[in-house]
This record gives sequence, C-alpha cells and structure tokens, in this order.
Amino acid sequence: MLEIKNLHASVEDKKILNGVNLKVNPGEVHAIMGPNGSGKSTLAAVIAGKEDFEVKKGSISLDGEDLEELAPEERAHRGIFMSFQYPVEIPGVTVTNFLKTAINESRKARGLEDMPANQMLKLIREKSEMLEIDRKFLSRSLNDGFSGGEKKRNEIFQMAMMEPKLAILDETDSGLDIDALRIVANGVNKLRSNENAIVVITHYQRLLEYIVPDYVHVLFDGKIVKSGTKELALELEEKGYDWIKQEEVV
Amino acid sequence: MDLSDKLISSFLAFESNVNVNTPVHEIRSEAIRNFERKGFPSKKQEAWKYTSLNSLQKTDFSIFPKGEQTLEYKDVKRYFLHEIDTYKIVFIDGVYSSYLSETTHDGVDVCLMSSALTKPMYKQVIELYFNKVASREESLTNLNTAFSKEGAYIYIPKNKAPRKPIQILHLATGNEAALMLQPRNLIIVEENAEVQIIERHQSLTTNEVFTNAVTEIFAAKDARVDYYKVQNDNASATLIDNTYIDQKGNSNVSVHTFSFGGKLTRNNLNFYQRGERIESTLKGVTILGEKQHVDHHTLVHHAEPNCESHQDYKGIFGEKSTGVFNGKIIVDQIAQKTNAFQQNNNVLISDQATVNTKPQLEIFADDVKCSHGCTIGQLDEEAMFYLQTRGIPRKEASALLMYAFANNVLESVRIPELKTRINKLIANKLGVSLGFEL
Repeated sequence: MLEIKNLHASVEDKKILNGVNLKVNPGEVHAIMGPNGSGKSTLAAVIAGKEDFEVKKGSISLDGEDLEELAPEERAHRGIFMSFQYPVEIPGVTVTNFLKTAINESRKARGLEDMPANQMLKLIREKSEMLEIDRKFLSRSLNDGFSGGEKKRNEIFQMAMMEPKLAILDETDSGLDIDALRIVANGVNKLRSNENAIVVITHYQRLLEYIVPDYVHVLFDGKIVKSGTKELALELEEKGYDWIKQEEVV
Repeated sequence: MDLSDKLISSFLAFESNVNVNTPVHEIRSEAIRNFERKGFPSKKQEAWKYTSLNSLQKTDFSIFPKGEQTLEYKDVKRYFLHEIDTYKIVFIDGVYSSYLSETTHDGVDVCLMSSALTKPMYKQVIELYFNKVASREESLTNLNTAFSKEGAYIYIPKNKAPRKPIQILHLATGNEAALMLQPRNLIIVEENAEVQIIERHQSLTTNEVFTNAVTEIFAAKDARVDYYKVQNDNASATLIDNTYIDQKGNSNVSVHTFSFGGKLTRNNLNFYQRGERIESTLKGVTILGEKQHVDHHTLVHHAEPNCESHQDYKGIFGEKSTGVFNGKIIVDQIAQKTNAFQQNNNVLISDQATVNTKPQLEIFADDVKCSHGCTIGQLDEEAMFYLQTRGIPRKEASALLMYAFANNVLESVRIPELKTRINKLIANKLGVSLGFEL
C-alpha cells in the first residue's frame, strides 16, 4: 500500500531524512520509534505532503501512485490521514462544521454528492460514542481551549470519521494520561481492518502496549537502522536508544 | 465653491426652516461657528493621517434633499433584518418614511428626532441630553450638530425594555447626483432599562452619498444597550459615523461594527465611563476589497474605579483596500482596578492591501490591568496544512480560516437572527461556499 524508497528530505538545506525505506501492506500496523530529532515527525509530515520539506531524492507511493506532485488535500482524498502531534486550534469553527466541511470536500473530490445531513449526524453520533466524546464537545470551536487529551481524542475522532486507508499517528500518546491513552488506543484498534494500515510514530513503548504493532522500526539520523517485531520495542525500552547509537558506530 | 463654504452658507437657509428661538438652536449656532473656524479635518492632523476627505470636499453635494421619495417595502426588504419583528425608523434621502417605519409610544418612545426637538413634551429631556456627550471640538460633529434636525429618538424609561429590537435604516435613492445626509440620533436608556438597536446606511444606486452621522447614547445606572452597526454600502458611499456614549454606574453597553462595504467609512466611537462597575464592549469585523477604506478610531475613557472595557477588532483586507485602527484608552488616576483590554488583528490577503494600526494608552492609575495587541499578518500556514490534511483544498481552507477569524467576534451578538445574517454576509464577502449551513 505505502512504499517509501530511499527517501531524502531537507528543510532549508538541513538534511533530515537520509534514505528511508519502508513498505506497509494493508492490514498492518507499523511502529516507528526513535530518539528526539531522529526525523520521525518529518517523515510523517513528508508523507502527508507538507511543503516546508523538500524531497531531494527517492519516492513515496500509495497503491503504486507517486505522491510527489500531490497537494496535502489530494493525498487526503486518496486515503492518507495524519494525526497531529500538536493539533492546530481554530477558534470560530465548530468541530461539527469542520467535520462536515472535511467530509464533503473529500466526497466532492471523489465525485460524490454531499453527505445527507441525517446520515452525517448519525455518523458523528456513532463515532463520537466510540471515542467517548461528549455531545457538547461537538459544538465547541475546533481544538480551541481543548486539553491535550481532548485534542488527541479529537484527532482519532476525525480519523474515525474520515476512514482513511493509511493513518499516520504522530506522537498520539504524548500528553495523554493513562485513561485517555486507553480510550484513544481502543478507538484506533476498532478502526483496524484488513484493508487499512496504521503507522504509529512514538518515542515510548507505552502506546504499543495498547496498539500492538506487527513491525517496529527504529529511525536514527534520518534512516531506518533496525526493523523487527514488537519485541524490538521492548528491547528498546529496556536498553534505551544509546544501544542503537552504539550499534550504529560499530 | 468647496463643500465647506457651501455648508456654511447653507446654514442661513437651514435657519429659515427651524425655530431659532430655542436652546437647541443656540447649540446649533455655536456649532456652525466651530465648524467655520476648523473646517474639514485634514491629513495634517494626526487623527486623520490615513483618511483623506479631500475629494469629498470637491464634490457638489446637495445638502437639502428635493422632495419626498417613496420606495416599496419589497424592494428594500433585504436591507432590513426581516426575519424577526422589530420597530423601524426609516429615512429615505434623509426624510422620514412613515410608510416603511413602525414607531411606538407604548411605554417607550421610539420615534423621530424632529418631534423630540420641536414638541414641548420632550423639551426637558432635550435640554438634559441633547449635545451633552457629543464633542464640541470635533469639526465633523460640530457640522452635524449645526444641521441637526432629523434622526432617531429613542427614550426607554426606568425599568423598561421595548418588546423588540429597533432598526434604524437610512436609504438613499440616488435621486440626487450627490447627496449629503446628516442624521442625528439621541438614545436615552434610563435606570435598569434595556434596548437593542441595529443601524444601517444603504444607498440604492451608484450615485454619491456622503453621510455624516452623530449618535448620542446615554446609559443610566444598570442600563443595558446593545448597538449593532451594519456597514455594507455601495462603492459610492462615504460614511463618517460619530458615536458618543455616556455610561453611568453598573451599565453595560456594547457596540458591534460590521464594515463590509462603502467607499470610505470612518467610525469615531467614543465611550465615556461616568460611574463604577461599568462594562463597555467594542467589537468590529472589517472585510474589505477593491479600493475600500475603513478607519476605526475608538476612545474609551475610564474615569471611575472598577470598570471594564473590552475591544476586539478583526480585519481582512484584500485587493487595494486600506484599513486603519486607532484605539485610545485613557485611565484617569482615580480609575483604579480598571480592566481594559484591546485587540486588533488583521489579515492581509493581497500584496496591495494596507493596514495601519495603533494602540494609544494613556494610563494615570497604577493598579490597573490593561492589555493591548495589534497584529498584521497572513493566514497561519500551519493551520492551512492542518485543514488540507483533512481533505479541504487550499482555497476552501483559506476561506474557512478567514471565516473563523472573523466569526469569532460574533459570539457576543445577542440577536441570533442578526448573527446568522452577519455570518452570511461574511461568507458572501469572502466568496466562501462552506460545507455547512449557516
């Protein structure tokens, strides 16, 4: 589904990704771990199409289609979703109106009519219940004054609404207490299927106890230096990232 | 002959049509002398640095409209907030239209300034209030005072509130090639009384209209006044709005100014707090394009302790439009525990648009909270990216962000139907087709 080949990316001439290779198949959950500054969030942003980053070499493709020339919204229309580490606050637009706009714009791009209002409301109700989101929350301004946990829950709620093919969760666990983490992880698990894939980006192993990955990759200095199964995450937790750094040197 | 000379010489003709043996006329006579001495403000004055009235002064405006014009309600319905029942005071080319209006004397007075200025029953109130808060220095206010004769007169007695909001609508038919209007409004809200007012100036053709309006508002102890100014006029209309508000203890007055149109609009909005625990709210949304110009000059004078003022002005400027915000806050030495907040945020969506914004704080008390912030910028790229990753294309994302930016000011609008109407005007003005119903 997602295929990243020898990806090099920089921001303002500073190299951040130095040849990332990654293949994600439908039904899989991949975790990308790594120390601060290793390029994890950059990788997520580059896949989502952020224009601040310049792809110098290599390619990203989704279902065989090269994404390079596609704007972020076009990538979204093809089924890519990114949950933000720091979701942006937008006072003046309610969660509900934002979702309606997002869903109908995506439908429009696929040549579909707007979703009928009653169907939209039903969908919103269903998904918000799944994430234990209070009804009042829906009429609040998007992320405006939300707690860290509410913001993350709202990200996963949007993911549930958009039903992406490929979801990239960038540090979804940061700023969450254990209860919020459980709710968010349960939400993500309910969305797992044989048709979609999830890439979890995280610094800590904690989230992976709840969202169990099929593969774990370690990103270091802009490259994937080690790949393995979920046991690798435990090993990392135990030995710390210094272990990887030392191995690199050797 | 330039406009200033024409106005001064017209004063004699004006006098032949009013009763000159009244205290009001003494005020008018003094005002025309003040105007004669000062003339129109020029760009040399700091307060008018960015707003030029030069071309206006060269235009040959009719000062006294010829005869009465009539309009059918269906042709002007859209300029009313017609979704709800309201009292209406409507003027066509400066002349009262009883046909389009709905006034009342049922417990409250919602009627005409011309009656209030001439009928004996209002004599006492007029002597107490007329020109008591309006400036005697500002030359355009003097000019209006000199010719003050018609406008809205609203009197809400103690503990009363009219059954419904009041609309003041000024329509210009274009019957004259260039018309000058000088409406004068007087609004008195007595102790613990309440009123909601919506005001709009609308010209119906592309003929030039120059309106120099003065509104005096008196809010007595515990009174509540919400005033909404809808400025969405044609590109040939100039509006100088001079609003003066006198607030007594515990009163709450809000003025919302929605500036979406007109060629040149200048809002001089002045709040004078004369009591304790007063709340003053000044909010504005300005969305301009073409070569439109809007200049907001606000003044809040905190003269007593324990009062608050909240100012929030948002502007979106496209094409070659220009905006000015000058927010002056004075806190007297005695006015301890004042909370004064001021915010002016602007977004430029064109390389050729300009904004000049300036907070002006004069604080003489030491135990106060005053904050101010002015920003001029483009749309937040991080927010754009966020919306795009949710499948919203760049153009729609930028419209949505601008809509959100402006819309945020509307939260304090207390008439839901008006809020919806303004929402729609904003969406329209931004050319947004939003994916949701407003």
